[in-house]
Amino acid sequence: MFDTNFFANPSVLLQGAIAGLLFGFLLQKSGVTRYNVILGQFLLKDFTVLKVMLSAIVVGALGIYAMRSTGLLGAEAMHIKPADLLGNALGGAIFGVGMAVFGYCPGTGVGAMADGSRHAIFGVLGMLVGAAVYAEAYPWVNAHVLTVGALGKVTIPSVIGISPWWIIAALAVAAAVGFTLLERFEQPKPSISMTREADRQVLPPAAC
Amino acid sequence: MKNPLTMSRWSPYAAGAGIGVLSWATFLFMHKALGVSTAFARMAGAVEGVVAPGHVQANSYFAKYLVGTPAFEWETALVVALFFGALLAAWLAKRDNPGAVPVEHVPALWKWRFGGSQWLRYAGSFVGGAVLLFGARLAGGCTSGHGVSGGLQLALSSWVFLITMFAAGALATFAIFGWEGRNHV
Repeated sequence: MFDTNFFANPSVLLQGAIAGLLFGFLLQKSGVTRYNVILGQFLLKDFTVLKVMLSAIVVGALGIYAMRSTGLLGAEAMHIKPADLLGNALGGAIFGVGMAVFGYCPGTGVGAMADGSRHAIFGVLGMLVGAAVYAEAYPWVNAHVLTVGALGKVTIPSVIGISPWWIIAALAVAAAVGFTLLERFEQPKPSISMTREADRQVLPPAAC
Repeated sequence: MKNPLTMSRWSPYAAGAGIGVLSWATFLFMHKALGVSTAFARMAGAVEGVVAPGHVQANSYFAKYLVGTPAFEWETALVVALFFGALLAAWLAKRDNPGAVPVEHVPALWKWRFGGSQWLRYAGSFVGGAVLLFGARLAGGCTSGHGVSGGLQLALSSWVFLITMFAAGALATFAIFGWEGRNHV
């Protein structure tokens, strides 16, 4: 923007647009662009968010580490974010509180505006303000918070000193077993399902 | 068989796997990882830069994203297109089932807890969004950049973020809505 063009070159923008179109499409179809689905996850009632995220992580990790192993992707092609452990943990906690109030994360909030959620528009405006506030706080944060537990761009397997495939295998098994049990557990017992059905009929339809 | 494009919901496992495969493509062909919150830092700086260019250039955070680098980058195009991708998916869902995309001003759970005021919900949304993005920038990414892209690379930073995010989100939600809230989602 300063000392350069406002826009990146068109081929970069076209690539970003293709990725964004597919990403938005998948987010809407998965159901995570709805407030009820996100809050339902935090209330441990609807596990859609975890199902989507862990599926993406396991499938993504299998492909990315297979491409790393075969040399299709070099070490420079990885995008590991630096471990500033205090910043990561504190930021994660603040993020979780914001998500509980807003009802979306940044990507699903943008998608929600396209999925009938009018209140998400205000949250997206709030996100711009949040970014600007962080920029003002950055010099202090950079000196006092991001220096604590700064380990650099490390991965869990590199810190432990084992092959990434052990972690990927553990994640895949944990997800497969966990979700199999969850699907069985989520089948409501007849009596509970009847009370829930009755509850639903008392509530006004969501379409109003 | 029903046309998957006009179905209102896909299996979360299938949609999640699709996001994983999309990540392969962005790493391999675009040399990028999916992420949303960086674009908000760039856009906030660009908007502020119209009013106070000197202030933005002097800020060490904005300078990283805006001096000598375009404001409208791959990530910005991704966020804008994300909206249209979701819009396309919602529009296709409405062709099969006109009620698939209900307009929502005040969600049922919020209404049960805080009443039906639209402006109170809009204010909550705004404040929540601001807190959310502050947290994302402090952590170095959001549910996409840390959660999905960092998670699949097994980055330590991203798994620390994921765990604290879920724990704090659940605690805050139970603090705000209580166990009773589970009957309203």
